[in-house]
Amino acid sequence: MPALPPHLAMISLEFFLQQCLIGVTNGALIALVAMGYSMVYGIIGLINFAHGDLIMLGACLALSLVGASGLVDAGPTATWWGVVLLLLACGLFCGTLNMAVDRFIYKPLRNASKLAPLVSAIGVSFIFMNVGLFWLGPADRSFPELVPPTNLFSGDTLQFTYQDLLVVVVVVLLMVALSVLVRSTRLGRAMRAVSQDPTAAALVGVDVDRVIAATFFIGGALGGAASVIYSLYIKTIGFQMGFQNGLYAFTAAVLGGIGSIPGAVVGGLVIGLVRSLASAYVGERWTGAIVFAILIVILVFRPEGLLGRRTREKV
Amino acid sequence: MSNSGELSQRQQAWVLIKDHWDVSALLVLAIAPLGVPALGGALGGQFTTLFIYSILALGLNVMVGYTGLVHLGIAAFFGIGAYVTGILTVPMYPFQIGFLGAAIASIVVAAGIGLALGAPTLRLRGDYLAIVTLGFGEVVKVTLRNLEQITGGMKGLNPVPPPGAGVKLGGLDVGLSFAIDPRWFYYLSLGILAIVVIAMRRLENSRLGRAWMAVREDELAATAMGISATRVKLSAFAMSSAIAGLAGSLYAASLSTTADPNAYDFNRSIMVLCAVILGGLGSIPGTLLGVGILVGFDTVLAPWADSWIQQLDINPTGSSMLSFSGWRLAIFGVALVLVMRLRPEGLVPSRRVAAELHREEEHAAITKGF
Repeated sequence: MPALPPHLAMISLEFFLQQCLIGVTNGALIALVAMGYSMVYGIIGLINFAHGDLIMLGACLALSLVGASGLVDAGPTATWWGVVLLLLACGLFCGTLNMAVDRFIYKPLRNASKLAPLVSAIGVSFIFMNVGLFWLGPADRSFPELVPPTNLFSGDTLQFTYQDLLVVVVVVLLMVALSVLVRSTRLGRAMRAVSQDPTAAALVGVDVDRVIAATFFIGGALGGAASVIYSLYIKTIGFQMGFQNGLYAFTAAVLGGIGSIPGAVVGGLVIGLVRSLASAYVGERWTGAIVFAILIVILVFRPEGLLGRRTREKV
Repeated sequence: MSNSGELSQRQQAWVLIKDHWDVSALLVLAIAPLGVPALGGALGGQFTTLFIYSILALGLNVMVGYTGLVHLGIAAFFGIGAYVTGILTVPMYPFQIGFLGAAIASIVVAAGIGLALGAPTLRLRGDYLAIVTLGFGEVVKVTLRNLEQITGGMKGLNPVPPPGAGVKLGGLDVGLSFAIDPRWFYYLSLGILAIVVIAMRRLENSRLGRAWMAVREDELAATAMGISATRVKLSAFAMSSAIAGLAGSLYAASLSTTADPNAYDFNRSIMVLCAVILGGLGSIPGTLLGVGILVGFDTVLAPWADSWIQQLDINPTGSSMLSFSGWRLAIFGVALVLVMRLRPEGLVPSRRVAAELHREEEHAAITKGF
């Protein structure tokens, strides 16, 4: 196939497929963050404003760990194990932090008006941002390239690198694990019960506070994993990254039907595709406006989201 | 006031004191420029900013305080007001209709956009509405930044001429006076703030104001009493937007530029919301105090503390951890969390909101006891 002139390159099939691939990879990452929003919203109806900033703190930890461990100079096998360890460390850190925030800040407000936890979450987001500012400094920092950007396809027409593969594999694994957890374990059943009716769940012997704490931990741990993937894939982190990413992910969660895990995945993929295609065909600077315009339209015409049902099974 | 006869003597005295507090504050602020020469300089400009944010916060208070709807995008309407004023007055455009006309147009356009956004979205649950307003704020910011041919992009629109440009009043060029002496803007914004405060106080006790609060306290009960909740919420949204548009118009005129679109981002929205929540939801003195604390923090306390720390010479490397303003976000964050925990009705609560919040707690305590 002869090369197209530059002004026609945009309409070629390869270009379109390439944008779709980028969109799917981005979307998988967004979905991972969206699941954290969805779980917490499903169980206590709180828009966790601090979730994006929690992920920013996870990325801070990842950067510090990589710097301290000298992982950059290790061989390829050690690097893969290092990535696994990073995922575990940041998952544990963000999960614990999220659980602690719930215990000390949101839990005392369970009986207060609905505004109170929302405003507190904004406050927590500010505090996290300030911690991130001290940790990273005011400027954006670049994250070392641990995973090689080697193309998996032969030829130059399509790019799908090990980095993209890492994103997709980790997200799919975590999603499967989470679905199994929610559907087939005792804890998952308790979570579904609490999200449907906390009082009734308490009456049949579910320890509601513990289930909520576990939900915050799992949601935070997913965020921690997302922070590592984000750092490895985007390779630039900064203390203000949480707001924008959190907003995209929340949009995805709402789009898919907040409270539903498959919904978060579908929403994430749609937002990822919209983002990459809008960047390619409309212009990068309009992407944010398009995504939020979609959010407003979805909320107006289908507030329950794409996969949500009005009487839906949450978590 | 139709129901003043039903108030007890103590309440009447309290109302009287509150009225006098406001009037005396207004008098002090009105006389101040005669005795404090610094108000003719940069300090006067800072006070003008304080008054403009107070107007903006009073506008937000209609929606968040009176009606109980979380609004996270008030800065968008502030920006719309500023840009409408910019487009209608800068020399780049053929309109150049002057400040008064532009301010009225800003109010009308902001209210209209508020209605257009509110009409389809106000039936959403509270937290979804919060996200819609947040998303709208981002859309407006991005649009202002990208429509360079119309808004001037990151440069903004300037110069916005001062009010009364070209008008001669007894040999005095009004526009020139506004441009060279900050006290003119000081008095203009103080006057508009006073009008907004009076209007708010009248509204609080009007049919519409009571309907706003009824919807906040119990939407279902209010609907059962024959109030159209959607219409009442829509009017609150329009009123908030209109006042924010007015504040934006004044802001652009006082800076003589629309500033760049980043001046109307989420941070600005959230800071104004913090002021309202910190001071007291639905409370006019509370809102004014909240704005005073926040603006005072940024323009007075933070620079003073920073220079004091610098004099101590404990921060040779210039680390942000050892500067006071480096802790700004954390201080606001902690303040928000603590206020929500310890005093959700704010520092100067509105009696009604306080009663409502504590009734809910009592109710929760009772149901928990069973």
